[in-house]
Amino acid sequence: MSTVISANGLSKTYKDSRALAGASFQIQSGRIVGLIGPNGAGKTTALKAILGLTDFDGELSVLGMDPRHSRGKLMEQVCFIADVAVLPRWLCVKDAVDFVAAVHPRFSRAKCEAFLARTKLTPRMKVKQMSKGMIVQMHLALVMAIDARLLVLDEPTLGLDLLYRKQFYQSLLEDYFDEDKTILITTHQVEEIEHILTDLMFIRDGRIVLDADMDAVGERFCEVMVGAERAAEVRALKPLDERQVFGKSIFLFDNADRGHLSTLGELRRPSIADLFVATMKGTYA
Amino acid sequence: MNTLYWLVKREIWEHKGGFIRAPLIGGAIFLVLNLMTLIAGEVVSGQNIRFGGNSIRELGRMLDEKQLAMVGMGLDTAMLFSTAIISVVMGFVVFFYCLGALYDDRRDRSLLFWKSLPISDTQTVLSKVLAATIVAPAVAFVTGVVAGVITLLMYATVLSMHGLGVWQLLTLAHPFRVIANLIASIPMYFLWALPTVGWLLLCSAWAKSKPFLWAVAIPVVTGVLIWWVQLMGLLPSSNFYWSQFLPRLLGSVWPGSWFAAAHHASNNVSLGIGLDGVENPDNPMVQFLSLGNLYATLGTTTAWIGLICGVALIAGAVWIRRWRDDT
Repeated sequence: MSTVISANGLSKTYKDSRALAGASFQIQSGRIVGLIGPNGAGKTTALKAILGLTDFDGELSVLGMDPRHSRGKLMEQVCFIADVAVLPRWLCVKDAVDFVAAVHPRFSRAKCEAFLARTKLTPRMKVKQMSKGMIVQMHLALVMAIDARLLVLDEPTLGLDLLYRKQFYQSLLEDYFDEDKTILITTHQVEEIEHILTDLMFIRDGRIVLDADMDAVGERFCEVMVGAERAAEVRALKPLDERQVFGKSIFLFDNADRGHLSTLGELRRPSIADLFVATMKGTYA
Repeated sequence: MNTLYWLVKREIWEHKGGFIRAPLIGGAIFLVLNLMTLIAGEVVSGQNIRFGGNSIRELGRMLDEKQLAMVGMGLDTAMLFSTAIISVVMGFVVFFYCLGALYDDRRDRSLLFWKSLPISDTQTVLSKVLAATIVAPAVAFVTGVVAGVITLLMYATVLSMHGLGVWQLLTLAHPFRVIANLIASIPMYFLWALPTVGWLLLCSAWAKSKPFLWAVAIPVVTGVLIWWVQLMGLLPSSNFYWSQFLPRLLGSVWPGSWFAAAHHASNNVSLGIGLDGVENPDNPMVQFLSLGNLYATLGTTTAWIGLICGVALIAGAVWIRRWRDDT
């Protein structure tokens, strides 16, 4: 296992706002990492820094290269899908395949055509004639045919219907991902990627506030559901968050004594969404 | 190299309308207009087209050598005329192509797709320069030549119906020389158009919105300032700026603009050696017909200063392209 991305004190200030405020993290190969944060937390800026699309302060090494200086070389090993709307509208399927085949040394035309054969896309179809779901199918077919070491996905399923979203992640897992590849995803639809992530990072106000693998998340955090009569007792244990469901209270704890909590009520594994809401409390206030 | 080839190809895919369809339509309209003129001529004057009182039948016999050369030149001019019209159209196409080249993909965010491929920004910008300065004139001139040859044949056919031999007429014209000169002016176009192409690409890469406004407003406002300074008596004249700098900065994408500039820059350069025995320095068509004149422009300082500025502007566009994203 090697380090794919290593960031140290990543900072970036736009004219009137601070997008990254000294974010530091490491990503190992063979992982699927979710970078989750509220709007304006610096997700996209972090991704742009990794892809060499923006300048920044701090240290950043992607596959051993500095994206500021060797972007052209880096992009042979890195792929990314920004969101569904970025394929040029005049491009047709056949031209896109021909073009990427000609300029990308790690592209496999056979693989791409196999992926395309599973869709309704035809060679002469132009992007402007496609639905959003079809555009993302085409983009995914192009990207999955590239033998890259790092795949960066920025809100890849924004605006897609449920069928396309499911199919998108399923294809990635079944036909693309292996232990030599690394996937970095940002999305707001946390529930959908929860079960495929191996690592979780929360970003808030330009800083990484949580960075753990999913097993560790399961060990660190737990929820306890108790009736109203014992709520005050649990509240005294300083939970991270509390919410009410059907007259019962659910409390979220970080590194709590599970033995003690289980005597108070029913223990549950928190979802990433609940964890996210608890961690980001007060972001927009 | 292979990447560059595909990048240029991509530009043609995207801009089929401007690079290919526009010259074709221009040529077609030109041919239709010519055909209409010929038909109208036939219908109105019937069999008796007359030139200065002589029927056309007698014309061939009456012309002396010099006059025959003039007829040939007229035919050459007719042939060039289609290219001239298509060139004007092409100038507009190239102008607006350059303005959008590094801006449109930022606006529609497809930049993020192109930048996800292992292509350097230098290659991207160069492909756009080549599309504007080689592909566009090549297509325009070939279309122009084909339309010109068809025009020539059309006129020759009609005139031959009135007794003049087609082949005699065609030997008066110099289609091969015209074609050769047009092809030879493609590299000239490349060298000459670079400052305008560079300036437009720079604005295109830099502008966060409305690149056209920046590209035109900056030089015009500068010009007004210079004019004002001159009005205050601090500068002898702003003539140079308006009559030479500005046309060079914004107008060099129109083919043939080099003749005016070269003529302006130096009256010592002899521009008037046209066809054998025909000297007419004021006829731009005649100037166009001479290869020597075409490249006489290269003897002027404006050609070389423009070239250097063009390269610098393009380098600036590459640098800006590197760091501009879709925001």
